[in-house]
Amino acid sequence: MEQEQMTGASMVVRALQDQGVDVVFGYPGGAVLPIYDEVFQQNRIRHVLVRHEQGAVHAAEGYARSTGRPGVVLVTSGPGATNAVTGLTDALMDSVPIVLLSGQVPTFMIGNDAFQEADTVGITRPCTKHNWLVKETDRLASTIHEAFHVAMNGRPGPVLVDIPKDVQFASGTYVGPEAAQTGHYAPKVKGDIEVITSLAEAIETARRPIFYTGGGVINSGDRACELLRRLVDKTGFPVTSTLMGLGAYPANGQNWLGMLGMHGLYEANLAMHDCDLMINVGARFDDRITGRVQDFSPDSVKAHIDIDPSSINKVIHVELPIIGDVGHVLEDLLKVWNSRGATTDAPAIKEWWERINEWRKVDCLKFEQTGSTIRPQHAIQRLEALTKDHPDRYICTEVGQHQMWAAQYMGMNDPKRWMTSGGLGTMGYGFPSSIGVQMAHPDALVINVAGEASWLMNMQEMGTAVQYRLPVKQFILNNERLGMVRQWQELLHGERYSHSWSEALPDFVKLADAFGAKGIMIDDAADLDDGIKEMLAHDGPVVVDCVVEKHENCFPMIPSGEPHNKMLLGENADTGNAIKEGGAVLV
Amino acid sequence: MSQLNIKKGSSSHSAYDLRDYHEQGMERHTLALIVDNEAGVLARVIGLFSGRGYNIESLTVAEIDHTGHRSRITVVTTGTPSVIEQIKAQLGRVVPVHDVHDLTTEGVAVERELALFRVVGRGDVRVEALRLADIFRAQVVDSTLDSFVFEVTGTSRKIDAFADLMRPLGLEELARTGVVALARGEIDAEGGLT
Repeated sequence: MEQEQMTGASMVVRALQDQGVDVVFGYPGGAVLPIYDEVFQQNRIRHVLVRHEQGAVHAAEGYARSTGRPGVVLVTSGPGATNAVTGLTDALMDSVPIVLLSGQVPTFMIGNDAFQEADTVGITRPCTKHNWLVKETDRLASTIHEAFHVAMNGRPGPVLVDIPKDVQFASGTYVGPEAAQTGHYAPKVKGDIEVITSLAEAIETARRPIFYTGGGVINSGDRACELLRRLVDKTGFPVTSTLMGLGAYPANGQNWLGMLGMHGLYEANLAMHDCDLMINVGARFDDRITGRVQDFSPDSVKAHIDIDPSSINKVIHVELPIIGDVGHVLEDLLKVWNSRGATTDAPAIKEWWERINEWRKVDCLKFEQTGSTIRPQHAIQRLEALTKDHPDRYICTEVGQHQMWAAQYMGMNDPKRWMTSGGLGTMGYGFPSSIGVQMAHPDALVINVAGEASWLMNMQEMGTAVQYRLPVKQFILNNERLGMVRQWQELLHGERYSHSWSEALPDFVKLADAFGAKGIMIDDAADLDDGIKEMLAHDGPVVVDCVVEKHENCFPMIPSGEPHNKMLLGENADTGNAIKEGGAVLV
Repeated sequence: MSQLNIKKGSSSHSAYDLRDYHEQGMERHTLALIVDNEAGVLARVIGLFSGRGYNIESLTVAEIDHTGHRSRITVVTTGTPSVIEQIKAQLGRVVPVHDVHDLTTEGVAVERELALFRVVGRGDVRVEALRLADIFRAQVVDSTLDSFVFEVTGTSRKIDAFADLMRPLGLEELARTGVVALARGEIDAEGGLT
């Protein structure tokens, strides 16, 4: 094999090109200048200059989650790397493949408290899947290739490669992706066929089954989503999903129950509570899902398909653990079940659906829009109505009430269309994420459903959106409150609204204008549709300041510390003593 | 429920944990990890324990394969059976960790610890210390007219016992290595150096 000599900096760019990277999100600084110099001298990789390194990571997350390819970030040493920490943690919690390259002070200055020095690998060790400090140029290329391998294989996650400046300047031998040692990291993808067979048997005899699906289905790939749809439709079993898994099974599919969990749908949560067979596909029994663990789905046999062995039996004990990639396991499951005759207990399933349909009649998402004050649910519902038929729509969200309303009222019919911060709950995720999505899909409709407080956390990215002419739609539900915090203070802190509102919000229309973008204000229900249409019609970044009811609570809700069948429904729910002492300590 | 052929709470199909999950007593386990001897690997393992709130009773580490750059880390930890299972699964996820062996459940293991004791005294106590050291098969590795340094090898309990005896006899300083352990019997395909 031909061995090419080059500088570390050119190796970085070459390695990214060989990995098929087309976009890098980053911010330059002293310790990455040699790499930026190489970026300047090529045009295969597009660099997006963000306005803050946290934004770079979230943008890369949006890129990764909407494409299935790793998101790449380039930042400088010290503050560049520390600013990226929130994004890395977010990506770790939500299993998003990110490759972050950070500059570092030269090797001979490490440990001397040099200018812009930080112990980047030390700081990011607990918030990456793996990280490396490269001390020799000869090992740089293979380390970057290994980083991509680790980020993408097994349970995806963020990785970081820290590259001292002298390593970037020095020359070494480049190795390509094929020649690089990707180490021993090769998680098992095939599930244990014996357990898969037991699951097939359970599917045949179950009377009240449910599929509980999560982000793992989407991470596994389009094939896994297709197999899930086939399995759900062939069995006729109901299916619910976590926040992260929305779109794996289509929201317009006939077996769809809606999202489950703390703000999930009544029918989904009750079906989880009363089922006799729970098939967890790529979800992790998160505390937003389980409620009180001791009372979680007390009468069910549980199967859990997960590529990460540490997810199994971590929170909920399962009878049928299957370690493997969702796509591979579902393929085997379908094969086994088909070969056994593909039967279910049809009369029992029919009865089960009748029960579910009774729960559906509760219509847990109903609300009334009266008068001119816009209710946030109504705003989301109209946004959904006016955009759902768009052939290429992507939805991002920030974190809070608006996020839950978006999950409840918007339907995702395809995977990789829904970008939200689930595990970490990072306010400020949505806007930069929408930038990453739009970079990957220049012609698509990308909407960030936001709350004003979350949105302000990374509003500096307006500069990025305008500079790269990214027509991202920022749909801000403005209640001048930290809505979810306010809701919790109402429910369990005696309505003492400690620091959950802002008295100095900007004029969002003027703010958009100041950045050279379009701003629209909507404060009357009668103008809502026109405002949304105006937003959609504008070819460029838009900030919509949709002024909504200030004291709306997000329902349904499982109060913390309660089981699934103790849901609070909306409107006239008695919320007075909803959260008991034991629950108050939970988040 | 009864329609399904699987007993609630059973793990008969599980390759992981065959114990009753209701049993929540604390257990002490000795884990042996084979890891790449690369920068930061020990920090990853320790960080995992501290970050997730697991206990470390003792920890030893040294490179055991100089050509392959592999180290063996022996961790003694305590936890409920489900926590011990989590610890093993979490350790298995760390990229440079090649193997996680639970020596407590994988057959019988030999566990040894080495300790050095500085015992200072003259006259009768000095004679008594030396006599007890002999009973414990301790080596005298340093001696002055006023002091001994004893080297004791054995189980952690033996070292505890010796320390208890030396305390009234002028024990001034004690250094312990922490536990190292190997499975008894022949090495199986998975239990070797790699």
